[in-house]
This record gives sequence, C-alpha cells and structure tokens, in this order.
Amino acid sequence: MKRVSLLFTLAAAAAFSAQAASAETLKTIKDRGMLSCGVSQGLPGFSSPDDKGNWTGLDVDVCRAIAAAIFDDPTKVKFVPLSAKDRFTALQSGEIDVLSRNTTWTLSRDTSLGANFTGVTYYDGQGFLVKKSLKVNSALELNSASVCVQTGTTTEQNLADYFKGNNMKYEVIAFAGADETVKAYESGRCDVFTSDVSQLYAERLKLANPADHVVLPEVISKEPLGPMVRHGDDQWFDIVKWVLFAMVDAEEMGVNQKNLDEMSKSDKPELKRAFGTDGNLGEQLGLTKDWFYRIIKAVGNYGESFDRNVGAGSKLQIARGLNQLWNKGGIQYAPPIR
Amino acid sequence: MSIEARSPPPQLIFRLKRALGGRSGWSGVALQIVFVIALAWIGYEIIANARTNLEAQRITSGFGFLKNTAGFDVSQSLIPYSGSDTYTRVFLVGLLNTFLVSIIGIFFATVIGFVVGLGRLSPNWLLSRVAGAYVELVRNLPLLFQILFWYLAVLAALPGPRQSISLFNSFFLSNRGLVIPRAIGESGWEPFLIAVAVAVIAVLALRYYARRQLFQKGRAIRIWPYVLGLLVGLPLLSALIFGAPLSFEVPQLKGFNFAGGTRVIPEFVALTVALSTYTAAFIAEVVRAGILSVHRGQMEAGASLGLSRGTTLQLIVVPQALRVILPPLTNQYLNLTKNSSLAVAIGYPDLVSVFAGTTLSQTGQAIEIIAITMGVYLLLSLTTSAIMSFYGWRLSRSLAQ
Repeated sequence: MKRVSLLFTLAAAAAFSAQAASAETLKTIKDRGMLSCGVSQGLPGFSSPDDKGNWTGLDVDVCRAIAAAIFDDPTKVKFVPLSAKDRFTALQSGEIDVLSRNTTWTLSRDTSLGANFTGVTYYDGQGFLVKKSLKVNSALELNSASVCVQTGTTTEQNLADYFKGNNMKYEVIAFAGADETVKAYESGRCDVFTSDVSQLYAERLKLANPADHVVLPEVISKEPLGPMVRHGDDQWFDIVKWVLFAMVDAEEMGVNQKNLDEMSKSDKPELKRAFGTDGNLGEQLGLTKDWFYRIIKAVGNYGESFDRNVGAGSKLQIARGLNQLWNKGGIQYAPPIR
Repeated sequence: MSIEARSPPPQLIFRLKRALGGRSGWSGVALQIVFVIALAWIGYEIIANARTNLEAQRITSGFGFLKNTAGFDVSQSLIPYSGSDTYTRVFLVGLLNTFLVSIIGIFFATVIGFVVGLGRLSPNWLLSRVAGAYVELVRNLPLLFQILFWYLAVLAALPGPRQSISLFNSFFLSNRGLVIPRAIGESGWEPFLIAVAVAVIAVLALRYYARRQLFQKGRAIRIWPYVLGLLVGLPLLSALIFGAPLSFEVPQLKGFNFAGGTRVIPEFVALTVALSTYTAAFIAEVVRAGILSVHRGQMEAGASLGLSRGTTLQLIVVPQALRVILPPLTNQYLNLTKNSSLAVAIGYPDLVSVFAGTTLSQTGQAIEIIAITMGVYLLLSLTTSAIMSFYGWRLSRSLAQ
C-alpha cells in the first residue's frame, strides 16, 4: 500500500504542482521543523531501530548530522523506512528530503532519476554468503547454485554479469524485501545469499546460528554507498554534501566528541575556519556559523560514527579497510573547509 | 380542414439529443459538450504539466527505456530470456508468468469450488460439514498469509535437493521445486501430433453423430469403446510406424541443483495453491447460492423421474443455476487474476514483480511503468469479463430455446 500511495504522490506532484523542482528544500524543512530522511527497513549498522525505537546506524548519523546542522538538535528527524524498490520514488515525490539508505552510486542513477549523489559514506562491494556445510571456498565454485537476492538493487545486475562472465549457470530468486530474502536463504530455498559485503555481515547476525555461515572472499563489484537529494536545489545539495565532508574532515583534523570544546578554542587557522570563529563558511552554506560544532557534538566525526555503528565498537566488527582516511591507507577523502 | 399527421422527428438526432441532453433539451447538450471539453482540457494539462515538471527535474521520461538492456535474470520464464534481453522482453516474461498462474489458478479454483459448493449441499452430514469448515476457514484468513504459509511453512519444509524425495529416480521433490523428466521431440513427433489431431476430430464427429441420432431418432449409441480405440489406437499406430515421438531427459543431481529435466519452482506452486484454494472458497459459496436459487421443485421433479441426484444436478439444476452463478463467478476470476500480483511477496516473477518492481526501480520511470501495468491488468480483466459475458449470453440463449 505504501508504494501505491507513493506513486500517487509522485503522479500528483508531477501533474499538479506548478513548480515541482523548487529550490526551497531548506526553507520547507525549517517550516516543517523536521528533516524527513529515507532509510532502510532495518539494516544493522547502517539504519535500524533499536529496542526503544530509536534509529541508529551510519546512514542514520548522516541524517542526524544534517538535522543538527539545521536545528542544533539531532532528534528532529523523521525517519521513513523504504524498500530498495520504493526509495527513488519517495525521493522524487518529495516525501523525503534526503535518501540515506545504503544506495550505490552509479551513472544511470545519477542521471535518470532526477536526483544526485552527494558523496560516499561507505565504500562497499558485493559478496556471497553461503552455508559452511556446503564446503565452498570460492565464488567460482557456485556453478548451478540457487541465489537469493533483493530486487531493485545493483546487486541483481552484478550477479547476472558475474555468472555470465564466468560461464556459470545459476537460478535467481528475487524478493522485494531484505527480510524475505534472508528468510528464503535460511530456509534452504537458495544456496547463496548475495548483497553488499557490509550487508552480508549485518544480515548474518540475524540468522539463527551465524557461525554456520561464511562470507566468501570474492568481492565482485564496486558499491560506493551514499546519500541522495533531488535535482534542482543546489543549496540543499551543497548542505548534504558538506555535512558528510565535515564529518570526514573532523576526523582528519583530530576533532572528536570528547575534545570538541577544547578544539573549538584552538588557534589553528583550519580549525578556526571550521568552527566559524574566523569567517562565515557556515552561513555561506545557508546554515549557521557553528554548523561544524553542532555536527560533531551530535554524531561525532566520521571515524567515531563508523566505529560505533559498524566498526570495532559494534557487533558487526567490520574493519575500516577502504573506509579508512586517505592518509591512513584508505580512500575516504574530503575537500578542505575553507 | 384536414388533419395532417405530424412527421416524427428524425430518429438519429432525436436519440442523440435525448442521450446527451436528457430532459433539458439542447441547452443540456451544450452543457455536456462544454463539460467534455473541460475534461479533455484538464487531462491535457495534467499530462503536459507532468512532462514539463519531469523535464525540469531531469527525470527521464518516455518509453525509450523499453529498448534498453535489462541486465538481470528471472527464475521462471516461458519464453527464452537472458539478462542481455531488453525491458520489453522482461515485460513479456512477467506478463506470461501472470497469465500462467492466473489460468491454472482459475482452473483449479473452479474445480475445487464446484466440488466444495456441491459438497456443502450434500445430504451427507460429514461431507457437508467438512465442506462448510473448509469455506469458513479458508475465506476468513488473509490471502497474503496463506501464500506465505504455503511457501514458508509447507514447501520450505521439504528436504534439500541432495535429500530430495524421488519417484522412480526420475521425479524429484525438494525445496527447489518439483523436477520431472523433460520430453524431447523425436522423429516420430510430427506424425504423432497429426495422429492425435485426426483422432480428436474423429471423436468429435462421432459424438456429434451420436447426439443427432439420440435427439432425432431417439437411438442411444454407445460410443465410448470407439472413442477409446481412436484416441489410443491411432497415436500408437503412428508411433509403431514412424518411431517413438518422444524421448525423456531424466534430471540428475549435479552440483547444487538438478541438471536436465523440467522444474516447477516452489514459488509457482505456493502461489497457485494459495490462489486456487482461497478463491475456491468464494466460488463454493457462489455455487451454493446459485443452486439454492433453483426452485426445490426442480430437484424433486428430477427425483420423481427416477434420475439419480447426480444426474438431476448435472442435467437440470446446474444449467439453471449457472445463470445466477456466472456474474459473481466472473468477479472471482477477476479477483484471482489481480490477487496474483501478491506473487511479489514470495519472489515469483510475475508482471508486478519483474516489471513494476525490478524494472521500475532500475529505470526510475514510475509513471510510464505503472501506466503500462495498470493498462495490462485492465485489459486482462476486461477480456475475462468479455469471455464470461459471451458464455453467459450463449447460456441464456440456449436456456431460452
């Protein structure tokens, strides 16, 4: 039903509004008093509600950081859980202001959906999860396997490419939701569950006996995941882009939640610019001078958010890998705040 | 003074005025025309505005995407399909899968529905109670729940492919579905088909002849031995002369799955079973209502002629009940067809799943794809109603005779 109503909203928005591509997202959000943020329907580490109903995760932190930058209050976010299929329609129709839902950045998505990616929150790749009892050590041994996949994802297409490229046969069973897909895998309908590696680790935790399952070593694709905004509002595009950059830059400059107040009094020119004690960079974005302070106070820097949600401080225990800063062996890199 | 008869108004114009203007005459007609123009204008504005807005947001629009490569695979397709085919092909694959599950579902729903409906009216206490319990249980549980029940609780509980239940080492049942030997046409295939066709035509002619004899001369002819002889004998003869028409490729366990053979995927089975048992419960009630609408006297008349209960039902009651049954039965067929879109919950690749689902999210062209999908369901439903109306028309004509 959700999808149908979304479609009607989209049709109505397209058909009746005189000016659908309004350049006033920030004003709309301020008037509403809430940021509306599209997230997954529950992917531990990225966006999932905890037992008290609070949303947590890396993708969630991006939304909270944006809300903090606008309202100085990270709780002023309405989270809209979306399936892979519905996510773009929700963004196009204006139901959400930003889509922060482990979405892979591709050329066609950047051009044909009427939306833009604002950056990369997590560099991921596609992998395979199999039962240990199958005694499979490599994805190349998966000829004739049945594969469960979530529909409407880049995963589905990479899967076709990979098996075709390696001359292997397979059977694909595509489900609309992540939960159904995992359930079918667990029930034995499929030999393999394929998705982004981070998601495989997250979903494995939900299985009855996680230790019976293993993620194969092959990573068959590039999956840079990032937030998306609608075309037509460059100011809003800049804000979402720079909130993420601010988190990465903060880690690089050594600013974290603990030393925030101390650092904000620093005399270093780069820190003065970031904290707004020198110049008005925040205001140029359409935010306030203390935007940087607000973001780090609310969610911490990128590294803190990573550790808390998917890294060493979380159940997922995913290594930083590619997501380490550029000067520490990874590829996370943000333009300078100046 | 002569009285001249007033000439009647020209028929066509009069009817038009009546139809358009009602009682208000020409002013009514003018209003109607204005209304239609306004409606057309609003429609045009909606489309034009939507197009401008989509362009302003740089959302791709139009139907060009149908020629693009799909790049994903589908678990069941009745026509050859691979990931390098176009979205048009995906559309056809989805459409045929929807067709398949609807037609097979309608067939089984009708059979089960009639059996249960008649069973509920049976004088046999046990039979009528069992049929009643079936109807009450099945129609009061949500369909989605039933589909998931068949898929996750029944079919998923089957053993894996390596431990599958096998029959004669050629039929295998596992949680990957039912694998059966696949028939492959051999040299004797075409003569065999011709022999079957000849046999069927001969049987139809024979039946026609027998009916004429019965109705015109009152002579009952026993034709079934000839029918049997023709249907079995002719194809057998052709096979003896031209060689076996078919050979069978027996499935074998290779790697993770069976290689060779034909497979019925569990998603299809779960969906068909759920749809047919669910709709059957409603059809059973429709049948029961239809039969109860035929006067009791008809049943008694049949009994007094010495006809058995079955024969009375078959020859007297059901044909009269059909007139009442048909319209609500059509509704149930339409429901079944539309309910088949719940396939998306268990990963059966129907139209909604592969086209309005995967294709939509890959291309992002919601408006076009949803319009096409709505058009298809509308067309499917209208076709079903047209066929049923035609059947109803023939039925009422034959009853009137």
